Amino acid sequence: MVRSFTGSAALRLALVATAAASLAACQSKPKPAYPTTPSQPTAPPSTPLPPQAGPVTGQPTAPLPGSAQDFIVNVGDRVYFDTDQHEIREDARPLLSAQADWLKRYPSVVVKIEGNADERGTREYNLALGARRANSVRDFLVAQGVAAGRISTISFGKEQPIDAGSGEDAWQKNRNAHTAIVSGAR
Amino acid sequence: MTHAPVRTRVHARVRTRNPMAALLFALLSAITLIAVLAQPARAEIEVNVNRGDVQPLPVAIPAFGGGQVGADISQVISANLQRSGLFRPLDPASFVEKGLTANVQPRFADWKTINAQALVNGQVTVEGGKLRVDFRLWDVFAEQQLLGLQFTASPESWRKVAHKISDAVYERLTGEKGYFDTRVVFVAESGSRLNPVKRLAIMDQDGANPSYLTSGDSIVMTPRFSSNSQEVTYMSLRPDSSTIYILNLETARRESLGTFPGMVFAPRFSPDGGKVVFSVERAGNSDLYVMNLSSRSSTRLTTDPAIDTSGSFSPDGTRIVFNSDRSGSPQLYVMGADGSGARRISSGGGRYTTPVWSPTGEFIAFTKQTGGEFHIGVMRPDGSDERLLTSSYLDEGPTWAPNGRVLMFSRETPGGASKLWSVDVTGRILQPMPYPGAGSDPAWSPLLN
Repeated sequence: MVRSFTGSAALRLALVATAAASLAACQSKPKPAYPTTPSQPTAPPSTPLPPQAGPVTGQPTAPLPGSAQDFIVNVGDRVYFDTDQHEIREDARPLLSAQADWLKRYPSVVVKIEGNADERGTREYNLALGARRANSVRDFLVAQGVAAGRISTISFGKEQPIDAGSGEDAWQKNRNAHTAIVSGAR
Repeated sequence: MTHAPVRTRVHARVRTRNPMAALLFALLSAITLIAVLAQPARAEIEVNVNRGDVQPLPVAIPAFGGGQVGADISQVISANLQRSGLFRPLDPASFVEKGLTANVQPRFADWKTINAQALVNGQVTVEGGKLRVDFRLWDVFAEQQLLGLQFTASPESWRKVAHKISDAVYERLTGEKGYFDTRVVFVAESGSRLNPVKRLAIMDQDGANPSYLTSGDSIVMTPRFSSNSQEVTYMSLRPDSSTIYILNLETARRESLGTFPGMVFAPRFSPDGGKVVFSVERAGNSDLYVMNLSSRSSTRLTTDPAIDTSGSFSPDGTRIVFNSDRSGSPQLYVMGADGSGARRISSGGGRYTTPVWSPTGEFIAFTKQTGGEFHIGVMRPDGSDERLLTSSYLDEGPTWAPNGRVLMFSRETPGGASKLWSVDVTGRILQPMPYPGAGSDPAWSPLLN
C-alpha cells in the first residue's frame, strides 16, 4: 500500500494558507471604536473628497527566521513512511533536504527525531520499527552535512498517534518521523 | 501512588481424602493437538481440559454456611469455575436439599435429581479473629467425597480462600493445576487516543481488587511477572528516553535496569528470576540482550542487522523464542539461551510477533497478522501444529495462565478502547475479562502461595 505523500503535504500547505487567509479576513474587518453615525449632519464639503484609499488587508507576520515556527511552517517537521518500511521515500527527500539546509543555516539548533508507527502492528515490534524510522531520518540529515551530535532519536512505537482514526488515511499519517526542535531556535 | 495490597497467607490442610476416588485422568482421545495423558478413569466425574467440544460439567455450589461471607465465597468459586468454561454451576433455586453443612453427608438423591455431577459445600466459622473455612467436594453419582480441606486466613482474605478452593476443585476434577489464586498485572488506559494515559495496574485474575502501581506521568508498557510473583519488570517511555524497571510488589521499591546508549524495551524474566532478556536499540538496530541481575552484567545475544525483540525463555531456561524480521517480515525464531543456533519456527505465512513460551513448555503463543486481521495463536516450539484461537481487528500480546490452559490478551475495536480478553487453548472459551476498564498488555502471575 503506497500512498503519495505529496498529496497530504499539499493539503497541509493548503490548510496553512486557508488559516492565514481566514485570519487575514478577521483582521481586515473594520471594527469601529466609536459611533459611526454622526450626531449631526456635516456641511457638504466645498471641495471634492480625495480619492478613496484601497482596501487594507492584514495577515500574520511571517515566522521569525530561525524559530521553531519557521521550521514547522516553511520547512516541514514530519515525513511519512510506507507500511512496515523505514526507507526514506522519494517524496520525502526534498523536505528532509530542506530540513538539513535549515539546520545548517542555524547551527545552534539541536533536534530530536521521533519515530512513529501505525496501530497495525504489535507494541514491541513497533517500538523497534519507529526506532528504525527515526534513525533513517537521522542518517539522511547527517549525510547532508548536519553534525550527528546535534541529532538524537527516540521511538514512540504506536503510542503517540497524530490521527485518532482507524483506517488507511489515519495509519498513513501515523507512520512518520517527526523532527522536534529541542533547543537553539530563536 | 496507590500501593497494591500486601499479600496475605492462607493455610490449608487436607482433612480427608478418599483413595478410591483417585481420578487423575484425561482419557478422551485427543481431537486437538494437545497431548493427552492416558490415565485409567475409575470415577464417574471427568472433566477433560483437552477437548474443545466438551460439555461443561454441571456442579452444585450451595452458599457456604456462616452468613454473608459464606455466600460470598460460594459466589466467587462459582464465577471462577464458570469462567473456566469446563464447569456449569447450577442455579441455586433448583436445589432440593437446603441448608447443607460441611459436617453431614449430602442427600445424594436430592442432587442427582437436578443432575449435579459434583457438589461443593462448606462452612465458614470465625475463631479468634481468624476465618476458618471447611469445604468438601463430592462426586454425586458415585456418592463419594473427593476432597475435604480446611483453610484458615485473616477475614479480609476471604476472596483468596475462595480462589484456593476453586483451584483445589479444578485440580481434583481435571487433574491439572488451577489458576484462580493468581493476579494480573496490566496497563490501565485512560485519556484519549491522541493523549493516552497509561498506568501500571494489578488485580486479581477475576478482576477484583484493582489498584494502580504507577502514577501515569509516563507511558508504561509490557509488564511481566517474575516466577516468584513478587517482582514485575516493565518499560517506561518518556519523551526523551525509555527505561526498563524492576518493581518489587511487596516493598514498592523500583530499580532501573541501567542506562543504555539507545532505547531499551521488551523485558522478560528468566524462569528462575535471575535474569532479564530485553531489547536494546542502537542506531536504529534492535538486538536481544540478557542481564544477570545479581552481577548486573549484560550479554548481547543477537547481532543481526534486523529487528530482534520480544524474547521469551523456555520454562527450563535453556532456550529463547524471539521475534525477528531478518527474513524480511516479522517471524518467530528459537535459539539457545546463549544466543546460539537461531532457527526460524514460523512458516504459515503472515506476520508473527510477541511469542511467549507456555509454562508447561509444550506451546508458544503469539500474535499473528494475516488478511488484515490479528490473531492469537499457538504452535509447538518446533513450529508445528500452528492453531489460531482468535480473530479480530486487533488482538495482541498473549500471556499464559500458570497451568498453560488459558491465555489472556488485549483486544481493540476500530477507534475503541483496548480491553482484556481471555481464550482457552482449544479456542472454544473466548470471553472478555471481568474488568470494566480499558486495559492492555496483561501478564498473568504464577500461582500464589
